[in-house]
Amino acid sequence: MPQIRLTTPLTDEVVEKLRIGQRVLLNGVLYTARDAAHKKMVELLDRGEKLPIPLEGQVIYYVGPSPAKPGRVIGSAGPTTSGRMDPYAPRLIALGLKGMIGKGKRSPEVIKAIKQYKAVYFAAVGGAAALLARAIKSCRVVAYPELGPEAIHELIVEDFPVIVVNDVLGADLYDEGVKIYAGR
Amino acid sequence: MRLIDAATITATVAELCQKANYELGEDVLRAFNEALEQEISLTGKDVLQQLLENARIAREEQVPMCQDTGFAVVFLEIGQEVMITGGDLYEAVNEGVRRGYRDGYLRKSIVDHPLRRKNTGDNTPAVIHTRIVPGDKLRIVVAPKGGGSENMSGLRMLKPAEGVEGVKNFVIEQVRAAGPNPCPPVVVGVGIGGTFEKAALLAKEALLRPLGQPHPDAEIAALEKELLEAINNLGIGPQGLGGRITALAVHVEVYPCHIASLPVAVNINCHASRHKEAVL
Repeated sequence: MPQIRLTTPLTDEVVEKLRIGQRVLLNGVLYTARDAAHKKMVELLDRGEKLPIPLEGQVIYYVGPSPAKPGRVIGSAGPTTSGRMDPYAPRLIALGLKGMIGKGKRSPEVIKAIKQYKAVYFAAVGGAAALLARAIKSCRVVAYPELGPEAIHELIVEDFPVIVVNDVLGADLYDEGVKIYAGR
Repeated sequence: MRLIDAATITATVAELCQKANYELGEDVLRAFNEALEQEISLTGKDVLQQLLENARIAREEQVPMCQDTGFAVVFLEIGQEVMITGGDLYEAVNEGVRRGYRDGYLRKSIVDHPLRRKNTGDNTPAVIHTRIVPGDKLRIVVAPKGGGSENMSGLRMLKPAEGVEGVKNFVIEQVRAAGPNPCPPVVVGVGIGGTFEKAALLAKEALLRPLGQPHPDAEIAALEKELLEAINNLGIGPQGLGGRITALAVHVEVYPCHIASLPVAVNINCHASRHKEAVL
């Protein structure tokens, strides 16, 4: 299958062209965040304060890596279930977040925000955590170190493999895929 | 009477925690290869290839196959002629989990209280199931269980009149509703009968059976086959991206139950169907 190579940060022009089912190799910076970090970021926004990471054009990877063995950049690092971030994601998308990487279905509110603000939701293969870690070339904590594996890390990735699941048209690969293969 | 030192139990549990997380069983690898042959979706095939490659890297480099290295679920079958010396049995198991997760660079995913939610920092306590059996051996099974798939599990107290059709509908609906979340292709453990808690434990124990080994009772084995086919007709596919192979196996365990009851529990495991055992 053909693959599209992209570099972050992503622009509207790039995101608009992506369609569900396409395989993408991501390069550049990704920020990690799970529910605890999302909750803290939204609390900052509620108080009118500045976020610890830029959002404009950025991509957030929903992951809580295992500890790095000595001499390694990061431990195993596959995606976690995205649904837990659904209550927070539309707010970040409205502020310029362009991409999210995780696994599992998003809420109608997230899908609507993806369409409205031109963003994209990618799936990485859940459980392929040792394989995905190989594409991560550097890792440093940039916020909330007290959260341990749930801290916000800045990752630099090379050809990190993902699949487009929700695109700017509002399409959902999880729904479409099931329709194609059910009963076959 | 045979004496087993608590320190031996600790060392064994520590090793099993690491092995279970690094080395996917041959039965699961075989099931991946069979799934790769049967899968018709190109995306599905690609996912299965990534999973095979991932398992190879994890084993060769001795790193966890998944970053969610799980809740340490430990089954102990204790021979009634065994006497544990040199310490508290459960503390020995927990110390093994502590060491295994620390020394093996496994993620610590346990919070101390379901509502206060502070990480215990060492992945303890384990969930320990103990059974007393005849003999003078101690069998230890460590089955690290990930949160994503555990969250998609469920239990229903059916009316006996709903019968086997009710059971099938509940199991299939549970897998359908789970969709992509439990990291398909999944292994589906089903417990039918017993009481509320017995059904749940049967479903968990069903996940420990090697893939490709049907239930010894022909009627239950036929039910497993029928459920697997129905689940693989849902179209969910590897990672829920559409395809044939939604489940690698369905394992059913049964137990006698009350005249008024028909409990059914479904425990879903992700494709990282991890468990390792040792006999002392």
